[in-house]
Amino acid sequence: MNENSRIQVITSKSIPLWRDERVLKGVAQVVSAVVVIGFLFFFFRNVLAAAEARGLGLGYEFLGYSSGMPLGESLIPYDPSASYGYAFLVGILNTLKVAVVGIVLATLLGTVTALARISGNWLVGKIATVYIEIVRNIPLLAQLFVWYFAVFQKLPPVRESIQLPGPVYLSQRGLYVPAPVPGPTLGTWVILAAAGVVLAVVLYNVLLRYQLRTGRSTFAPWVAVAVLALLAGGGWFLVGERPLSWNLPVAGRFNFAGGMQVTTEYAALVAGLVFYTGAYIAEVVRAGLLAVNPGQFEAARALGLRPLQVLRLVVFPQALRVIIPPLISQYLNLTKNSSLAVAIGYLDLFYVGRTIINQAGRAVPVFTMIMATYLAMSLFTSLLMNLYNRRVQLVER
Amino acid sequence: MTTTTPPVLRPPSPPGPIRWLKKNLFSSWYNALLTIAATVFLFFLLRGLLRWVLFQANWEPVANSLKLFAVGQYPLAELWRIGVMLLVVSFLFGLSWRVWGGTMGTFALAVAAGLGLLALLPIGLDKLPLTARLWLLANPLLTGGGFLVGRFIRRPRWVLLGWGLSFVLLIVLLSGIPGASWLPRVESSLWGGLLLTFLLAIVGIVASFPFGVLLALGRRSSLPVLKVFCALFIELVRGVLLVTILFMFSIVLPLFLPEQVRIDRVVRAMLAMTVFASAYMAENVRGGLQAIPRGQVEAAKALGLSGFHVTLLIVLPQALRMVIPTIVGQFIALFMDTTLAYIVGLTELLTIGRAVLQSRKEWLLLDMEVFVFIAALFWVFTYAMSYASRRLEKALGVGQR
Repeated sequence: MNENSRIQVITSKSIPLWRDERVLKGVAQVVSAVVVIGFLFFFFRNVLAAAEARGLGLGYEFLGYSSGMPLGESLIPYDPSASYGYAFLVGILNTLKVAVVGIVLATLLGTVTALARISGNWLVGKIATVYIEIVRNIPLLAQLFVWYFAVFQKLPPVRESIQLPGPVYLSQRGLYVPAPVPGPTLGTWVILAAAGVVLAVVLYNVLLRYQLRTGRSTFAPWVAVAVLALLAGGGWFLVGERPLSWNLPVAGRFNFAGGMQVTTEYAALVAGLVFYTGAYIAEVVRAGLLAVNPGQFEAARALGLRPLQVLRLVVFPQALRVIIPPLISQYLNLTKNSSLAVAIGYLDLFYVGRTIINQAGRAVPVFTMIMATYLAMSLFTSLLMNLYNRRVQLVER
Repeated sequence: MTTTTPPVLRPPSPPGPIRWLKKNLFSSWYNALLTIAATVFLFFLLRGLLRWVLFQANWEPVANSLKLFAVGQYPLAELWRIGVMLLVVSFLFGLSWRVWGGTMGTFALAVAAGLGLLALLPIGLDKLPLTARLWLLANPLLTGGGFLVGRFIRRPRWVLLGWGLSFVLLIVLLSGIPGASWLPRVESSLWGGLLLTFLLAIVGIVASFPFGVLLALGRRSSLPVLKVFCALFIELVRGVLLVTILFMFSIVLPLFLPEQVRIDRVVRAMLAMTVFASAYMAENVRGGLQAIPRGQVEAAKALGLSGFHVTLLIVLPQALRMVIPTIVGQFIALFMDTTLAYIVGLTELLTIGRAVLQSRKEWLLLDMEVFVFIAALFWVFTYAMSYASRRLEKALGVGQR
C-alpha cells in the first residue's frame, strides 16, 4: 500500500514541459522554420518594394524585348535586334563552346602529364611535377590575366603575324585557321561514312565473339579498320566532287580574308582553363592509375597479355572506376570557372547576363536565370556521376 | 643440430651516380630519347626565363609601386596601424612557437624570416623607405621576444585567446573608431592589395567558422525541418559560383535590404565570402563529425551528460581537431578566390596591377612583368601555406589513427 502510493507520487510528477525532449524538439523545429521563412519573407518584401520603387517588375516578359546588344561572338546567327532571351541563349552556347573544347584539351594535357609523372623517367617526371605545383598554387584569374593581357594582347599586328605549322596565323586579331566549306556531296559522304562506322562496329563484335567461341584468330580489329577505311576513305573519292574543302585565311593589310577566326578572348580563356584544369586532372588520373594494385599488372603479364593489352584490358578498366567521379567534378569546375571570362571580356553566359542586367536593370530575374543555369549544369553532372557509380557498382562482385 | 644465425639483412646500399642515371634516365632507348628531348627543352626554357627575368624585363612598375601592391591606397599617415598589426602577429607567433612547438615553430620562423628578408630587399630607399624597413625588421625581434615570454605561459588557452583578440584588434585598428581623433576612421574603399586579400580570406574563414559548425550540426541533427534547411542551404551555395554570390551581394543585396540600410562594398564582399565559405566549412566539419566513433557519444551519455554537453565537450573538440588541416586547405582556396573581388570592382591585387600599368605611359605595355609578379606573389604565399598544412597534417597525425 505504502509502496504503491510512492510510485504514484513519482509518476504524477511528470517531466515539466520545458525539459521534455519531444516538446523541445518540436519547438526547435517550429522556431527554426519560422525564422527561416520570416527571413525569406522579409527579403522578398524588400525586393518587391525596391522593384516597385524603381518601376521594375520581377517578371520575365523583358526576355522578349529587343536587346540592342552587339555580341561579337556567337555560334548561331545573331544581330542586335534579337531578343534578350536569344542573347542569353548565345551566352549559354558560348559557355558550352569553351567548356567542350576546354574539357577535351584539358583531359589530353592531364593524361599526358600524369603519364609523365609516373613514367620511370626522373627528369620528365620532375618537369610534370613542377608544372603542377606552379599552376595549382596561382589563382586562375591571375593566370587568365597573364594569358590575355600579357600573351594574347601582345601578339604582333596582322602584317607581322606568326605563322604556325600549316595555314594557321596568330596575331592581335586572334587565331586564324582554315575554315571547312561543305560541298554539295557532303551529305552522301556522311551517310557512307556512318554506314562504314556501323558496319565496322558490328563486324568487330561478330568476329570477336567468333574468336572467343572457337579460339581461332579472326583479326577483328584489322578487319574493322579495313572496312571503315574502305567505305569512308573510298567514298571520299567516289562521290565525285570533294565533299569538304578548306577556306584558307589570307593575310591582308589590316585583317585576314577567309578562314575562321578564333578571338583572342576565347583563345586566352581556353588556354588558361586548359592549363589550370589539366594540372588537377593529372593528379586525378595519377591517383587512379596508382590505385590499381601492381599485382594486377604482374598477373596479367603472367597470363601472357602484351603490355598494351594489359593496359587496355586490365589496368584502365579498374583505374577508370577511381578516375571518373573526380574527373567529372573537374569538368564541372572547368565549366563553372569559365565564368571568369567576364574579367577578360569573353561573351559567356555570365558576361551576357551581366550586360542584360546593366541594360534592362532586371537584376533579380537575370540572376535567378544565371544561377539556375549553373545549378542545372551541376545537377546534370551529379546525375551523370550517380548513374556511372551505379553501373560501376553492378560490375563489382 | 646446429643453430645458424640468420644473415644480417642490410638495406641495399644507395646506387652510385652512374647507376642512378642509368636506372632513372636511360633505362631504355626511348627513355634516353625522352631524357635528351627534355634536357634540350629545359635548357632553352630556363635560358629564356633567366634572360627575361634578369635582362629583358622592366621591373620599374613593380618596384615603384610596392606600397600600392602591399596595402592599396591606405593613407600613408595611418600605415603604422598595419605595422602594429604585423608586430602583434609576430609576437603571437613567437608565443605559439614556445607553447605548442613543432610545426608552429616552423610557421613562426617562416613569417619572421620572410618579413626580415623583406626589410633587406636590395632596392633603393626611395622605393622601400628606411622607416618601413625598420618596422619590418622589428618583426623577427618580436617573434624572438614572444618565444622568450612564452616560458611564463602555463596554459595554451591564453595564447588562443590572444589570437582571437588579435582578430578583433585587426578590425578595430584597420577601420578606426569614428569620432576618435587619435584613431580616425579609414574608409574601407582605401583598403587594398595584399592587405585586402588577406583580410577577405581571414574574415571569410573566421566568420564562416561558427556558421559552418552550426550548419554541420544542423545537417546531422535528428530534427527533420532543421536538417532540410541546412542541407538545402549547403547544397545551394555549393552549387552556384563564388562569382555569382559576390555579384549578388554587390548588386542585389542593396535591393534586398530596406532603403536606409547601406553596407559598403568591402563589407558586402566579406559577407559574400562568408556565406560561400560557411557552406564548404559545414561540409568539412561534417566530415570530422562523421569520423567520431559512436562509442564516444554513447559513453558520454552513459556518464550522464546532456545532448548539448555531449556535442560541446566530447564530439566537437575531437571533430574540430581532426579537420584543422582541411580548414587550412580551405583557407588557401579562399585566399586564391579573393582575386574574384576584381570582378566586383574592389582594389585587390589584380585591380592594382591594371591601375599601375595605366598610371604611366611608358608602363602601358608591361603587362607581363606586372602580372607575372602578382602570380609569383600568390605562388609564394600559397605554396608556403600548403607546405605548412602538409606538415601540420603529419604533426596532428590525421588519417593515421
